[in-house]
Amino acid sequence: MSAHPLLAVSEVETFYGRIQALRGVSLDVHQGEIVTLIGANGAGKSTLMMTICGSPQARSGRVLYDGQDITTFPTHQIMHMGIAQSPEGRRIFGRMTVMENLMIGASVADQKFFDEDLERAFALFPRLKDRRDQRGGTLSGGEQQMLAIARALMARPRLLLLDEPSLGLAPLVVKQIFGAIGELNRADGLTVFLVEQNAYHALKLAHRGYVMVNGQITMSGTGTELLARDEIRAAYLEGGAH
Amino acid sequence: MASMALKRSPRSILIDLAVTSFLALAIFGVMVGLRTETVPGGLELQPQWMSALLLVAAAVGGRAILLLTVWNRPEGAPSLIPAAVREGAGSAISRVGKVFGPALLVFALLLPFLPFTDRYILDLSILVLTYVMLGWGLNIVVGLAGLLDLGYVAFYAVGAYSYALLALHFGWSFWLCLPVAGILAAFWGIILGFPVLRLRGDYLAIVTLAFGEIIRVVLLNWYWFTGGPDGLSGIPRPSFFGIEFSRGEGGFADAFGLEYSSLHRIIFLYFLILALALLTNYVTMRLRRLPIGRAWEALREDEIACRSLGLNTTSVKLTAFATGAMFGGFAGAFFATRQGFISPESFTFIESALILAIVVLGGMGSQIGVVIASVALIGGFEVFREAEDYRMLIFGLAMVLIMIWRPRGLIATRAPSIFLREKKAVSGSLVAQGEGH
Amino acid sequence: MAGDALLEVERLTMRFGGLTAVDDLSFTARRGEITALIGPNGAGKTTVFNCITGFYKPTVGRITMHHDNGERFLLERLPDFQIPRTAKVARTFQNIRLFGGMTVLENLMVAQHNPLMRASGYTFGGVLGIGGYRHAEREAVELAKYWLEQTGLLARADDAAGDLPYGDQRRLEIARAMCTGPRLLCLDEPAAGLNPRESDELNRLLLFIRKERGVGILLIEHDMSVVMGISDHIVVLDYGAKIADAAPEEIRNDPKVIAAYLGVEDEEVEEVEHEIEETAAAVSGEEGSQ
Repeated sequence: MSAHPLLAVSEVETFYGRIQALRGVSLDVHQGEIVTLIGANGAGKSTLMMTICGSPQARSGRVLYDGQDITTFPTHQIMHMGIAQSPEGRRIFGRMTVMENLMIGASVADQKFFDEDLERAFALFPRLKDRRDQRGGTLSGGEQQMLAIARALMARPRLLLLDEPSLGLAPLVVKQIFGAIGELNRADGLTVFLVEQNAYHALKLAHRGYVMVNGQITMSGTGTELLARDEIRAAYLEGGAH
Repeated sequence: MASMALKRSPRSILIDLAVTSFLALAIFGVMVGLRTETVPGGLELQPQWMSALLLVAAAVGGRAILLLTVWNRPEGAPSLIPAAVREGAGSAISRVGKVFGPALLVFALLLPFLPFTDRYILDLSILVLTYVMLGWGLNIVVGLAGLLDLGYVAFYAVGAYSYALLALHFGWSFWLCLPVAGILAAFWGIILGFPVLRLRGDYLAIVTLAFGEIIRVVLLNWYWFTGGPDGLSGIPRPSFFGIEFSRGEGGFADAFGLEYSSLHRIIFLYFLILALALLTNYVTMRLRRLPIGRAWEALREDEIACRSLGLNTTSVKLTAFATGAMFGGFAGAFFATRQGFISPESFTFIESALILAIVVLGGMGSQIGVVIASVALIGGFEVFREAEDYRMLIFGLAMVLIMIWRPRGLIATRAPSIFLREKKAVSGSLVAQGEGH
Repeated sequence: MAGDALLEVERLTMRFGGLTAVDDLSFTARRGEITALIGPNGAGKTTVFNCITGFYKPTVGRITMHHDNGERFLLERLPDFQIPRTAKVARTFQNIRLFGGMTVLENLMVAQHNPLMRASGYTFGGVLGIGGYRHAEREAVELAKYWLEQTGLLARADDAAGDLPYGDQRRLEIARAMCTGPRLLCLDEPAAGLNPRESDELNRLLLFIRKERGVGILLIEHDMSVVMGISDHIVVLDYGAKIADAAPEEIRNDPKVIAAYLGVEDEEVEEVEHEIEETAAAVSGEEGSQ
């Protein structure tokens, strides 16, 4: 593990107009880690993810990536620095084919790895291979989710940001995706920061986790530590562990 | 604090200025620096490098100042415009709207009797009110139902020609022609509505644009019926419920024991258009609180959800087109009786664009916004009448600046049509714009 | 009567060009029951919904809706807006489709458009202020309040729908569908994006709708705590065709369903549960010793 964390968020406050969404959030993601952020709907998880990407920018506090202050960088520049995101709401290019979507994802990466990365994406999501020439907008909801994750991976990121990767996916696929994220982390040392509703799976997969309530971090610890805490079980796991 | 540090490095500023000077040189060097003079035997180039260089220097200097000051402000630093002004302007306007609206109405009612009011101000006010009415009519289609209509002037034309032809050939009175003009315009609204039912986005805008042009071209070429480019003249002027505004026996002044004045007719026209505009406003406000109005707004927000709730989107769209067109028709009939002469020249695309600009500038869906925008645009045109050549330039720039300042129009918030406990304005950023924007 | 056929789908086939999205599918949803439609992503579940609710016209097949009074509606022949209006089938969407710029209450008023439209004398009476529109509007607000209370959204009635957090938006969409007075409620992934606690609340809401209102529910869902917890009967699709149709218990153990959809995870779950308990014990032990 290097001296400074790959991603360091400190005392970040973000506003939408006059409404404060983040109230002084600090967290670290180290090289080679999987870190998850859990919390109820509307807690500010997605806002934090978007703030890291510079849209909206933090009103105060800092976002450091690999030691460099990226708080006020424009989003496109941040995406050229080795961060890729699978955003909330998928945001795939509906009128472009699956292949075109993946090619755009790969446009910030070194093109010599394209074939290799494509193979990896298709191995991860065989469904996408079947549908490679179909327009993104004609895919089913779950398939679009797969495409959003695959597109982010095509950028060969050092840091992968995933906003609710399990949303709308069949249980078997959720298992596959979480398995694949773990595998990419172990084999390629990919650093992952993920936001999840599916707290059980996320905490099981992650090295460390943070809990967000009302725009603030209220708890942190290793995945198993958090899973074992009663307040976590009561708030986020009760009602079925699937 | 590091986050408060200046955003731009000296190097990036230098690069930026180099690019600026190159672009400025490329533009001004050709356009100003090289001047063609007619000399015996043809054209001759006369270099004017000094002026070009001065312009380039001005551009680079101006940009340097902006780069070092305004554009170099760190993110999170307080903006130059106070936050209250930035975020509060819209809600402030809608808050004072409660007082502002009635005050404006009282002013409008008293205007003809105010000491400074002369013929010029009355004529200008009639023009402004005509555009307010047209703006309110188009607002139903564009602001509420979210259907971008670039050919609204067609209905204005239908109304004007309906009145003119009925009055000229059959001698029908204005009050009889008015509803007929409205009905005919609404009918054409439905005719336009059918082909565009399935169209979305840009295609809708293009077809409505074409429709406006078709109506104009038909009016231009159907010579025996519409008079073609010669237009229709001698359209009967309005009477005060049968009493003519004429000098002498039986005229308006005579009947009411007043001294004859040519202003009477103008004042009557003023109140006529005021009443028509207020009718438009009243009906629109009323419709917004009825299921049909909510259906229009729901259509703007999400057409598919509408269908899943059992709304017949075909009839929702057609009623929006028809209602908007009807008010356009009323305004057209008024236009014809006021002018006494109409020709296709009055119904060009630029009119549609102007009415649309009023709706967009005012804030789509906002009634008071349309009034402010009409006064600003039409009044502004008059103020700058002197600067004939630069008028459009000034207006284009002003529009661009206003749209940067308030991208969703002057009144960006939406007032809910019904509430349980508290009426909270809906932020403009949540309101969808509908098709074709 | 509960248990009678409410919706009958017979030999439904839907092709898009060369692609067969739904292949000869037949199943029945019964009155007062919750029927779940599950299957892998891209199996054609939403396409089935779109055929039932009239957004697509099926290539082949018949979809019949039976009302209590014996009336039958052939949904594939009705125009889309008539399906909620006369056949009384309401739906929600996978990626929530609320009227974001309108308030919560306005959303529920739009859902009652048809009865209100009649009460307003197709607008003419309403504009002139004659007829019973005011009374009808008051009743509509009461119905809206009822469903806001059931979904816990009453306090937010005057807020813009687009301002609500995700979980609330999901519930509002259900409330809005219920305001159309449906006999069949079709929900497309109502628990997507909800945390387990919110899913639990959703379960209670759906059971309430089934029990109190006697409404049949057809449900697409991937959250097994919802599907297994409340469904009376589950239909499993794969590649557009039905691979199973039975009660939850049977589906859970059906090898075909496990292979195509559920995956095996019981062992692994047990293993992790065990690990967690150990850690929990260690943590409490530490706390105790301090």
